[in-house]
Parts: sequence; C-alpha cells; structure tokens
Amino acid sequence: MSTSSAISVEGVSKHFRLFHERNQSLKAMLMRGRRSSYEDFLALDAVDFEVPEGSTFGLIGENGSGKSTLLKCIAKILYPDTGTITTRGRMSALLELGAGFHPELSGRENVFLNGSILGMSKRELSRKFDDIVGFAGLERFIDTPVKNYSSGMYVRLGFSVAINVDPDILLVDEVLAVGDESFQRRCTEKFGELRAGGKTIVLVTHSATAVRNLCDWAVMLEHGKVMQVGPAGAVVDEYMGSVSGSPQDQSGEIRWGTGEACIEDLELLDTTGVATSRIRTGDSATFKLRYESPDPIDKPVFAFGIFSLEGIHLADPNMRDQHVVPERIHGTGTVTFAVDRLLLVPGSYILSASITDYGGGHHYDVRYGLVHFDVDVGEPRESVGFLSLPGRWHMDGAEQPPVGG
Amino acid sequence: MMNKLSDLVAGRELLVNLTLRELRSKYKRSVLGWAWSLANPLASMLVFTIVFAVFLKIEPPVGDPSGLHNFALFLLCGLLPWNFFSNSVSSSIGVIIGNAGLVKKVFFPRSLLVFASVGAATTSFLIELAVLGVALFVAGSFVLPWVPVLLVLVVLMVVFVSGVSLIFAAANVYLRDVQHLVGVALQVWFYATPVVYPISLVPEHLQVAGWSVPVRFLYGFNPLVGFVEAIRDAIYDRRFPGFGDFSYLLGVSVVVFLVGFGVFSRLERRMAEEL
Repeated sequence: MSTSSAISVEGVSKHFRLFHERNQSLKAMLMRGRRSSYEDFLALDAVDFEVPEGSTFGLIGENGSGKSTLLKCIAKILYPDTGTITTRGRMSALLELGAGFHPELSGRENVFLNGSILGMSKRELSRKFDDIVGFAGLERFIDTPVKNYSSGMYVRLGFSVAINVDPDILLVDEVLAVGDESFQRRCTEKFGELRAGGKTIVLVTHSATAVRNLCDWAVMLEHGKVMQVGPAGAVVDEYMGSVSGSPQDQSGEIRWGTGEACIEDLELLDTTGVATSRIRTGDSATFKLRYESPDPIDKPVFAFGIFSLEGIHLADPNMRDQHVVPERIHGTGTVTFAVDRLLLVPGSYILSASITDYGGGHHYDVRYGLVHFDVDVGEPRESVGFLSLPGRWHMDGAEQPPVGG
Repeated sequence: MMNKLSDLVAGRELLVNLTLRELRSKYKRSVLGWAWSLANPLASMLVFTIVFAVFLKIEPPVGDPSGLHNFALFLLCGLLPWNFFSNSVSSSIGVIIGNAGLVKKVFFPRSLLVFASVGAATTSFLIELAVLGVALFVAGSFVLPWVPVLLVLVVLMVVFVSGVSLIFAAANVYLRDVQHLVGVALQVWFYATPVVYPISLVPEHLQVAGWSVPVRFLYGFNPLVGFVEAIRDAIYDRRFPGFGDFSYLLGVSVVVFLVGFGVFSRLERRMAEEL
C-alpha cells in the first residue's frame, strides 16, 4: 500500500505542555529554578494510517480530539514527538486563509508575497496571477491595500492564492464555508476539479455531512487515538453513533428572548408518535413543543426551524405565514406541526423553535440547537444536498431498460 | 544542518519577497518615505558632532593616507556600521513573535523571517553608505577604488549580524526577557565600541578597585571594534585593514553564523507551539 499512499502516518504521538502559569520571564524562572511548571497533555497517541493517493480523506472527531493537531503535524507546522509522517508530492495547507497578508500592501503585492510563502515561484505566480484574481473576483480592487478589503474579500483572495498552488496534496481545515454563494459554488467546483485531477485532499471537520458528501475515506479520532479508519460512510455512521449515544452531550444550545412565554420542551415525534432522534427520508414526522405563558400574550407566533449542522436555515414553518396565529395564549399548552413526508436527505439536522410577537421584532423565547436529529436512508433514496424533491424522471430518445429489469 | 542550508537556497525567492515586504511596509503612507531612513543617522551625526567635537573638543584623527580631518565624517564611518548592527538585531529579535500568525499556520523555513529583517537593514545600510560616499567625495576624498574592500567587509558583517540575530530571535520566543536584555546590552555595547571617539583615546590599562584591567586588550575581542575600525580604514583612511584583523573578523563571522544557525534550527521545531 505504501507505493500508492500520498501520506503515511506511522506511530505519531504528540505531547503538549499545559503551563500552569504562562510566565516566560527570567525572574519567574529563577524563582522557581526552572522555566515553568507544566503538565504533559497527550494530544496524539500512536496514530497510524495511510492516505491513498488521489483520494479525498476526512479527519473527523469532536472538538479536542486531536484532528487539527494531526493536520498541523502533516503540514510540518508542528513536529511529532515520536513517529514519522511521510508525504509524497507538493503540499498546500488551507489552515488559515490570508495568513501573512500585510494590511498596508496592495492585493497584488500580497498575492506575490503569500504565493511565495506557500512555495510558488515568481514565474509561476505571474502566469497564474489573472486566474487568482479572477477566481477571487477582485479585479477592481487588486491595487487597493488589503486593510481596506472586507473580511469576505480578504478570505476569498487568501483561498484563491492557496488553491492555485496546484498541490498534489491539499490539506483543508474547515475553511470551506467562506464567501458568498457564488464563491462557495466556485470552491466546490474547484475541489471537484482537484479530485478529478487525481489530487489528494485531506479534510478536517466535525461535520458528518461534509465527510459523507465529500470524502472517500475517513479516520475518526477520539482523545488523540484512532477509533476507526475506513470508507467514509462507515466511519461517519460510527461517529454519529458515538455522538448521539449520549443524548445530553448537545449542550450547544443557544437560547435568547424576554421570557414572557417560554418553550419548556421540544420534541421530534416519529410515525407512531414516539419521541425520537432518528428518522428516515420520506417518513411522516411531528414537531411538538410545550409552552408556558404565565401572563396572557396576544397574537404570539410559533415557529419551528430546521437547520443543517453548518447552520444553514433549511425550513421555517411558522404560524403567521400560514395565517393560523391564535388570538391569545395564557398558561401552558402544546403546539404541534405535522409533516406528511419529511423530505430531508440523510444527514444530521437541528430542530429549533421560537415564540415571537406578531411583528416578529420581539422574541419571547428562541431555542436554537435544542434538538439534534439524524435522517437515515429512506424513500426516495438520495445522498447529496439537503432536500429531496418529490418528482419523477422521464427521458426520450434513449434506450430504456426492459420493464421490471 | 546541510539540509537546512539547502532549504534556504530553495527559499531565496521568498526571502526576497519578505525583505521587500519589510521595506515597502516600513515607509508606506509617509510623505517623505525613504528619506526618513536617512533622517536618523543625520540627527545622530548632528547631536554627536555638537556634543563631542564642539563641547568636549574631541579631535578626530587625521586620515592616513587620505588626510581627512573631519569629525562628522569620522563619526559616520563608524556610526553607520554600528546602526546596521543595532537595527538588525533589534528588528530581528521580535520578528518571529511579530509573525506569529504566519508561523502557526504556514510551513516555511522560519529563519527566512530573520534573514529578511537583516536584509531590509542591509538595504538601508547600503543606501546610507552610498550617501556617505558622496559626502566623502565632496570633502575631497575619492573612495571609489575602495568600494570592493568595503563590500567584502559589508558581506562579512551581514554574516556576523545574521548569526547574532538568529540566536536572539530564537531565544526570545522561549524567554521574552531576551528583547529587554538585548536593549540594555546594545546601549552598553555602543559605548564600548569606538564610534563616537577614536580608539586612540582608550587607555591600555585602567585601574578599577585596585585591579589593573587591560582595556585595550579586551577591546580586541569585540567584533564590532574590528568592523568599525576596518571600515574606517577602508573609507576614512583609504588603506587596507590589517590582515590579522581581517582574519579575525572572517573567523568570528563564520563561527557566529554557524552557531546562530545551529541554535535557531534546534529551537525552530517548537516555535509554533510556544507562540
């Protein structure tokens, strides 16, 4: 396998020193008689795996699992304490976009500077310059100092330089979500091009959806140890199992509002009316919330929101748009919204709920990230995107398979 | 070590770009721009000339064989090399910390940051020397034939200064006292080097608390004394520096550079996590 692997990671361990007091002064050092008191923290523990050449490889794990440390070791920014990492071919890392941009210098000067930091020669840069600027869509601003750029422009230029290094191996750390939609689309296309061109891509993420959609292979890390290596789908399933195995670990809830009315409870109910966190594409489902409003409130608007893990707002059924706003609530009660067919593509989603006033400007209670749920393969079978559209295929002028064949 | 050195050769284009970045950003958005790089040595020259030549009446030595007898020119022949050394070291010392964002996110030989800041200081130094050359010419001393000797000395100085800068820049990442310590040391070092006074004023021995200290002998170890004197030999006096002095400078420069590069390479590995 070693002949066809782009990256081999063999027995890599990495300790970090956790300093008790970050005091790098001579006085403190002399007083203690040594530099500083610290604890060793094992960030990577004998990690072993190979990344096949030409594959898109996901490094997945929760926060603090060591995946970013591992990526930095591969990128040669950190040195492992033990073990070796061998890489074959030219490597480019997208750890932070526009690292090394100088704010006072123009976009043009920064392209050349950043490009040479990433290992491109001047001739290569001159040749690709128009591509880089065109891809970032910054033709008009290229002679403006980058400190006057918006953050989106800054990041786009950084991404554009990095992607044009034309690497054999591209290391990406969750920076895909930059720029506006059209830029996003060009990025996705560019990744597609790189994949089609037989380049190796290593993607670090905690998004199961990203790994499922983009990667061929994946490795799952937990507390610095490799838990599983294999085809992306299988590893993601295992990852989802480990994440949703403990229902209370989703403490990432964001809640705001004035509290005149409160959402006490939010649930996803399956076909049989039982609370669940797993559902299949095309099944019926019901969103249910319990509220409490100690004082009477006129014309409250209840809404349920569905978000992707990346925070994209996919749907938001609310009472105002459908003209079903109650005149008044007082005390406790429940609100349900029944969906005949939940047409979400397999992946992980977030269910949220809110109570607002009729104008929408006053939030009584908004609970985002309260319920996470997974969608498994159902009918129709689809795997890309978020929504499955009910429809039928039809084709003329092509040979059809025999009916029933 | 050879590997690391060959990485440097591969990174020469990056070195040029980093140096340009330093130079371009330095005087960006200032009206006078590059003229400012000359303002500093000119101000020092005025102050030192008034204090030492007018108030304290220090006689500049007569250039042998050039016949020059001018305190301001004598001073500048020593002050410019000193400023080069001092500016390089003090700008290099914070360069790794100042570029933390880069060091933590991108792989490239970190020593290039130090070399770039030495490179930027070298550029200023060469411009200042060119202006000094014109001034010497106006004062009636034609230094053009001595430019090759001067350039050899400048190259040696760059090697020496790089070595010193590498050591301090790397050490400062681990222990931030280094930059303050060096600030103080540079101040003492300046007066321990015959920049504002001729070395002939330094006594052979000095009585300190009953001990006879061989000051002149100790001066011989200070590489900056060697550089300042050799550069003065070449452009103020217009004669060849002594062969012994020259060999000492060559040896010191090479040794300091190799030590500096070795130390830096050792400390380089953990820089990203120390920042």
